[in-house]
Amino acid sequence: MNYFPDEVLEHVFDFISSHKDRNSVSLVCKSWYKIERFSRQRVFIGNCYSISPDRLIARFPGLKSLTLKGKPHFADFNLVPHDWGGFLDPWIRALAKSRIGLEELRLKRMVVSDESLELLSKSFLNFKSLVLVSCEGFTTDGIAAIAANCRFLRELDLQENEVDDHRGHWLSCFPESCTSLVSLNFACLKGEINLGALERLVVRSPNLKSLRLNRAVPLDTLQKILMRAPQVVDLGTGSYVHDPSSEVYNKLKSAFQRCKSIRSLSGFLEVAPRCMSAIYPICTNLTFLNLSYAPGLHGNELTKLIQHCRKLQRLWILDCIGDKGLGVVASTCKELQELRVFPSDPYGAGNAAVTEEGLVLISAGCTKLNSLLYFCQQMTNAALITVAKNCPNFIRFRLCILDPIKPDAVTNQPLDEGFGAIVQSCKGLKRLSLSGLLTDQVFLYIGMYAEQLEMLSIAFAGDSDKGMLYVLNGCKKLRKLEIRDCPFGNAALLEDVGKYETMRSLWMSSCEVTLGGCKTLAEKMPSLSVEIINDTDQMEFSLDDRQKVEKMYLYRTLVGHREDAPEFVWIL
Amino acid sequence: MEGSVAYENDLNLKATELRLGLPGTDEREEQSVSNVRNKKRPLQDADEEFGANGKSDAQNETATPAKAQIVGWPPIRSYRKNNFQPKKSESDGPGIYVKVSMDGAPYLRKIDLKVYTGYAELLQALENMFKFTIGEYSEREGYKGSDYAPTYEDKDGDWMLVGDVPWDMFVTSCKRLRIMKGSEARGLGCGV
Repeated sequence: MNYFPDEVLEHVFDFISSHKDRNSVSLVCKSWYKIERFSRQRVFIGNCYSISPDRLIARFPGLKSLTLKGKPHFADFNLVPHDWGGFLDPWIRALAKSRIGLEELRLKRMVVSDESLELLSKSFLNFKSLVLVSCEGFTTDGIAAIAANCRFLRELDLQENEVDDHRGHWLSCFPESCTSLVSLNFACLKGEINLGALERLVVRSPNLKSLRLNRAVPLDTLQKILMRAPQVVDLGTGSYVHDPSSEVYNKLKSAFQRCKSIRSLSGFLEVAPRCMSAIYPICTNLTFLNLSYAPGLHGNELTKLIQHCRKLQRLWILDCIGDKGLGVVASTCKELQELRVFPSDPYGAGNAAVTEEGLVLISAGCTKLNSLLYFCQQMTNAALITVAKNCPNFIRFRLCILDPIKPDAVTNQPLDEGFGAIVQSCKGLKRLSLSGLLTDQVFLYIGMYAEQLEMLSIAFAGDSDKGMLYVLNGCKKLRKLEIRDCPFGNAALLEDVGKYETMRSLWMSSCEVTLGGCKTLAEKMPSLSVEIINDTDQMEFSLDDRQKVEKMYLYRTLVGHREDAPEFVWIL
Repeated sequence: MEGSVAYENDLNLKATELRLGLPGTDEREEQSVSNVRNKKRPLQDADEEFGANGKSDAQNETATPAKAQIVGWPPIRSYRKNNFQPKKSESDGPGIYVKVSMDGAPYLRKIDLKVYTGYAELLQALENMFKFTIGEYSEREGYKGSDYAPTYEDKDGDWMLVGDVPWDMFVTSCKRLRIMKGSEARGLGCGV
């Protein structure tokens, strides 16, 4: 291969797009490393503290698309204090000063300020795509800057962010000359918007394929928009409430009939069940349906709707669908690959309407299922064993029994055997979340069978250090391990310290690990950053090594300890 | 939730309660169990009992800890939790009925503000009820593009433009609605 000129190698590398493969290519030899780094356009950084902006820029001068993830996953559940970190600002400042022609930025769990957004909007002439998922720290003023300054903006996708909404005017900041929009998602914004500006924007965006509205957009505006954008493929409705006997509703019905391209539907943040019949014509071709924010839809209206969706591949719903409703899904949606069932009443004891029965029905009817997130009232080993037999193709299996240490609902046994069956049957399993009453046995199974497992989430499980050791020793491809409220301590943590260099990160909270154990680990492994996170109202760090650590987060890094850690974070 | 019921049965102390927070916002406190912070594992006792045996009294034990709300459980994104709107049901308590008048209409109407979840729904209902169109709302200029402006009388007796304050605050402070027409309406919208 050394006899080929660089251009040929570069051309070959063009066909290699997966990050993993590109990373492997760069390790072959120096000349491949050099060619690969100059031709790389897309970079994925799973932990923003594992590398610095300067090193990124130095290595990949041709960077066009950057994906960054900040806070650890458990931050989603309020386990990480707000100012822990994950700031976008240093990245934008460094990129802005460089010659990088950034075109796409995708962020998850990062803290994004309006200043950063404004700097971003002014620094990169060809900036095309901004995707923010579960981020915070910005207001609609920052969004306004993006709209106003990014002349070739194609994608503005805000997913589940906490945005301070200053109401209204950001939409009007898209200049008249902006006609390049392909995707616009502002469903998470809470404030009113200028409906006229929205309509005009849609009219001058002939390439618009994806549009997700927020709650402030009423049904009559939706109807007007659909009339002007019948080419839309992915639609998120805003408020879906109207009098079904009205003229506006009739117009909406005809608008939907013209929208032959819609394959993905979400929203219904406020919904009038009697208005759902307008949607039936598009149901036949839907591949993704997200009703997880629509508690107003349940019972017959919901099942009637589902019965029209024969081509569905992904379904996100609330548990008010019930076991019977899941039965309807099972008999209708034979192409289903991904199912997410969210709780409609997270704190209501005994009100969750789905149990192991619904899951078994789904597994029997939807044999192509490979991704599951299921919040339920109860589970049994027998059900899990059946599911494992019916659906051997799971890649992601996340089960959350609302009562955290509930045993098998019929036998009162731990659920070890059930989860054991899942990992044994699903040879391609990459992500697993456990719940219910579990002993060390389940971890023995996981270590033995889950060969492809990359991410494992554990809560209130296990009896001793053996549990954690089974996992660390057995799961060779493990990248992320997050544990809360388990009896795993220093012995498990310190048995194989080299393992953590092969992983992205480890989170342990409310376990038996002590300060002394963490210190030992930090000493032995300088390539890891071991963070002790205190709850913000307990500011003093006890210096007693025997003290148990409330929250520990460790990750491998090439750039040592971060300098932006707040007071309540101690990096050992 | 049990806390608020107790309040109502007493001298309606809730109405005169001094709290930080806008009027109309409920206390949606997740009472994180204090012993989660002090003890290592709140369910420690329960666990020690059944360990590897999975005894049948496990079920009785789990009843109590499960009711207490554990920090970060169930593992649902806070965005999703915060955006949760409980199902509306008629039995949710008395409605908030206010009179609605429209300039030039022969008689008034009454609506229940509790039925609506936001301004979009309310304005649409008003448009349907009185067969007219409300213009576009903007913070700067009020309702543009129509001869009508929806206003309401608040607790202080002042006439306010509908839409300026958060929805919950509006619902608790609105005494009656009036849809103004013509020059009076335009005067309210501009240059204030």
